[in-house]
Amino acid sequence: MAANAIERQYAAEQLLARYAQALDGDALESWPDFFVEEGRYSILTAENYSQGLPLPLVQADSRAMLRDRVAALRHANIYEAQHYRHLVSCTVLEKVDAHTVKAVSNFMVARIMHDGATTLFATGRYLDRIRLSNNAADAKFEERLVILDSSRIDTLLAIPL
Amino acid sequence: MDSIASTSAPTRPRVWPAEGLTRVPYWVYQDEGIYAREQEKIFRGASWSFLCLDAELPGPNTYRTSDIGDMPVVVTRDAEGKLHAFENRCAHRGALLALKRSGEAKEIACIYHNWTYDLKGNLQGVAFRRGIAGKGGMPADAKPECNAPRKLRLELYHGVVFGTLSNETPPMEDYLGPEVAAKFKRVMNRPVKPLGGYTQILNSNWKLYLENVKDSYHASLLHLFFAKFRINRLTHKGGVLVGGDGGSHVSFSHEGTSSGDEYEKAGLRSAAGGFALEAPQLVASVDEWGDGGTIQILGMFPGFVLQQIKNCLAVRRVVPRGVNQTELLWTVFGYGDDDEAMLQRRLLQANLIGPAGFISMEDGAATGFVQRGVAGAHDRNSFVEMGGAGVASDESRVTETSVRGFWQAWRRRMEI
Repeated sequence: MAANAIERQYAAEQLLARYAQALDGDALESWPDFFVEEGRYSILTAENYSQGLPLPLVQADSRAMLRDRVAALRHANIYEAQHYRHLVSCTVLEKVDAHTVKAVSNFMVARIMHDGATTLFATGRYLDRIRLSNNAADAKFEERLVILDSSRIDTLLAIPL
Repeated sequence: MDSIASTSAPTRPRVWPAEGLTRVPYWVYQDEGIYAREQEKIFRGASWSFLCLDAELPGPNTYRTSDIGDMPVVVTRDAEGKLHAFENRCAHRGALLALKRSGEAKEIACIYHNWTYDLKGNLQGVAFRRGIAGKGGMPADAKPECNAPRKLRLELYHGVVFGTLSNETPPMEDYLGPEVAAKFKRVMNRPVKPLGGYTQILNSNWKLYLENVKDSYHASLLHLFFAKFRINRLTHKGGVLVGGDGGSHVSFSHEGTSSGDEYEKAGLRSAAGGFALEAPQLVASVDEWGDGGTIQILGMFPGFVLQQIKNCLAVRRVVPRGVNQTELLWTVFGYGDDDEAMLQRRLLQANLIGPAGFISMEDGAATGFVQRGVAGAHDRNSFVEMGGAGVASDESRVTETSVRGFWQAWRRRMEI
């Protein structure tokens, strides 16, 4: 178990980094495995979130739902070829108990279209609840709230943030 | 290298193709002159623009900003609870009066020179109107009130606030037509509660989105999520109703009325290799209206959509932002008397809609594909003959009848 603050910080930041690398590398099939079985994932706008309005852009209450989204993105939904580049930083941890931390981080995501057009697609905060493990590499999200700074989404949001 | 590419051909008199409503010329999406004429003849003409939900102005002395086409407006609820709307433009120098999306206020002051307005839009105060210590100020006979923001005529129609600048716009009931109005009232049958919203930026002309909404033919062909899970197929029982002067429509369907393999037999892409949801609770819905209707999309000229997709309810506001760009503002709502289970059901089904929606994300891209596709074809036409040439209600959704209805309404106002 992560016994001290440095180990907890290391484990959390490793999880955040591996998550970003997986999404940016089109390893969507591994995305659900960053969560515990009943893990929650939501994308909300900061405007709704600050006003207590619950509407999500994406909401999943389990790994199964995340797998369904991956299946839909791979086999049902149609969108132009694109990928993201995540920059995740400023991770501040708060210890909940021996096994769990809360983390807040900033993110910026560039979207690169197949023709090379690159835009700043999204910025915001990750509000995470992370379950730690004896092995730092086994940390997983119990909950990941993606709070978008802007309420405006260009065209569509297919690949998860 | 300097770019010499132009996105629009020079404006010149435009003539509709001789074939009529079965052809839509591509200049309608690209011509700056047409865009300007639409603002005048359609948005500021005899049309109802959707402004907001009544429930989005929660109490007395509240306001909310909205739009009629390009024109910014403020919708208010005064101290007595009465709704008003007026142009969001100061009588003085034209600055925006209300800057935030919503708020509380007993009066509205322009931040530029502190001219003040009551919530009816009447100019109340001009700072230093008589000058200071007998010097400066406006002449005694100056009448800045005559340049006041324009007031809108409003109709609060079953919980939804619509506004128009014209006295000619017929009452909402007639504007929708009786069949479409009945479907409107089916969903807006009791007080609603907003659950939140977001804005989707469409890189296309505003009309391409309205056509997409009115195109019942595309729904289960473009949106494969529907077809693969047999949520909505064109073989399900349903239909299209067209009302008003062609500009209002409803397409609707009932689940479970076909288990046919028509798509597989036709070898359509959308039927290829079906799969099952691991978490089917995402699409588990309850029949709230007791009529088996699972999907109802209501579109009203020029820029309003009322959506029921299973238990996910939303209004959408289409705001043109130039020839090539459109804002699509979604507001998702439930009913005031929803229990917790129903609220959670609506939020889970919100996965289906919006820019990340399983069944709607493609629409954000599809309109842009047309905008890009027609860039070099101002004088060529769309081919719109599904369901024939008419504008009438149809039992089949393999039709473009309501798309033709849209153009009928557009051409009448534009006099083209």
